[in-house]
Amino acid sequence: MAGPGGGSSDVQWCFSQVKGAMDDDVAEADIISTVEFNHTGELLATGDKGGRVVIFQQEPESKNQPQCKGEYNVYSTFQSHEPEFDYLKSLEIEEKINKIRWLPQKNAAQFLLSTNDKTIKLWKISERDKRPEGYNLKEEDGRYRDPNSVTTLRVPVLRPMDLMVEASPRRVFANAHTYHINSISVNSDHETYLSADDLRINLWHLEITDRSFNIVDIKPANMEELTEVITAAEFHPDQCNTFVYSSSKGTIRLCDMRASALCDQHAKMFEEPEDPNNRSFFSEIISSISDVKFSHSGRYMMTRDYLSVKIWDLNMETRPVETYQVHEYLRSKLCSLYENDCIFDKFECCWNGNDSVVMTGSYNNFFRMFDRDYRQDVTFEASRENSKPRSVLKPRKISTGGKRKKDEISVDSLDFNKKILHTAWHPLDNIIAVATTNNLYIFQDKLN
Amino acid sequence: MSEDNDETQTTEETPVEETESQDQVISPEKAEEAKLKARYPNLGHKPGGSDLLRKRLQKGQKYFDSGDYNMAKAKIKNKQLPTAAPEKTEITGDHIPTPQDLPQRKPSLVASKLAG
Repeated sequence: MAGPGGGSSDVQWCFSQVKGAMDDDVAEADIISTVEFNHTGELLATGDKGGRVVIFQQEPESKNQPQCKGEYNVYSTFQSHEPEFDYLKSLEIEEKINKIRWLPQKNAAQFLLSTNDKTIKLWKISERDKRPEGYNLKEEDGRYRDPNSVTTLRVPVLRPMDLMVEASPRRVFANAHTYHINSISVNSDHETYLSADDLRINLWHLEITDRSFNIVDIKPANMEELTEVITAAEFHPDQCNTFVYSSSKGTIRLCDMRASALCDQHAKMFEEPEDPNNRSFFSEIISSISDVKFSHSGRYMMTRDYLSVKIWDLNMETRPVETYQVHEYLRSKLCSLYENDCIFDKFECCWNGNDSVVMTGSYNNFFRMFDRDYRQDVTFEASRENSKPRSVLKPRKISTGGKRKKDEISVDSLDFNKKILHTAWHPLDNIIAVATTNNLYIFQDKLN
Repeated sequence: MSEDNDETQTTEETPVEETESQDQVISPEKAEEAKLKARYPNLGHKPGGSDLLRKRLQKGQKYFDSGDYNMAKAKIKNKQLPTAAPEKTEITGDHIPTPQDLPQRKPSLVASKLAG
């Protein structure tokens, strides 16, 4: 059954590439902490716990050959953030890159925002493929000539050179967050962006680093009364006055910046009513939203909590329009997941280019796709065992009952240390980037 | 006598069976909650409340104070300072971090293996 732009029924996902070391001994710095395609999908950025950013570029030749569309190679890599120690507060500041967000391209250079817990940086990534030759006062190797030896003048010319990609920090947005930054989001006006920490959201202008406006503040006067924190925030894709933020209590608040300077009063609040009979010790923890993403259309938003993915219609605050169970079989494992802290894992989610399919990660290096149109879902595994080029991914099944069929994996044999928290979908094509602990997998549609 | 024993055994068994069938009716979440409460009877009743959130907000706090450290060293003189417990999750006033407790924070000079 053919679907417009890829219902998961007609898409055949294949392995394309895997990046990163093969050894099991993972250095903490190599843990991938964020993955993001740019607006054309040509560039794919990753950030890690060591504060480094690696950018991959889609091979230009392969864009026209459907079979090789998913080929990405290293374009640039740089150290974005370094570890710091705040001596005044006795606070260690991790260099881990929490989020990367690309700016829409305005000129030849590419720009991205990367943030750790405290500081946001604007990086310019530019190409240099020419260099000037024939200076009058300098030799080719850089030594200065004696001016007295110059008898004629010449005009330096630009000659081609091997492509060099340079990354330079253009802005540093610091000292605006007391708590840990969990989100950044570029506004559709392309001039401002927001940064959110556990209790506050700030609005910045990309050109101005010495001040930012506080637009949300949920810090209670008495910290003993603290009941919820901000977990994620995002600007609406088209409406530059609208943004949403999610909380640890499972609510999403939509705010309109035209209403007032401080958006503590929400314009809309999205919350699914809870069945009081089902309430348990774990209810609030598993309802905490770890990610919120607007659809490309701007009509819907998706939230990820510990066990499910929910799609909300912005016009309806009372309940989500769709709910997809990611790994419901974990509900009967919550006690041990609480003990090993896995219950606090923050999974992200993403939309495909035409908002027909959503994707999120799980444990055992599994990731899940939910086709909204065909009401189908599928589970795949990111593993080097299935890593023959262009080999079709085989759907995985988890057996929950007593009888385990052949090829099914039992819940008890799932590896909870292998978690896929970060995934990204190419904005236009069926190419996805899936991050395991320290490896980046790229999969693509066989037919594309 | 043995008959009496048998009878007591059977009467003990039936309540267990009843609880098991009740468990099937209780949601898996509640069953997990019961398990947790059995293992940690002192667990507070407000799970998503202040304690959990404050722990989250305080990530990164090291509390190394050179004044405290040197005073404590002077007091104890020859004896060893109490070292940190393996799980340093609690905010304790008595524990005095030593320089050995604080991991060396140096930027990673090695390139990412993704770029290799």
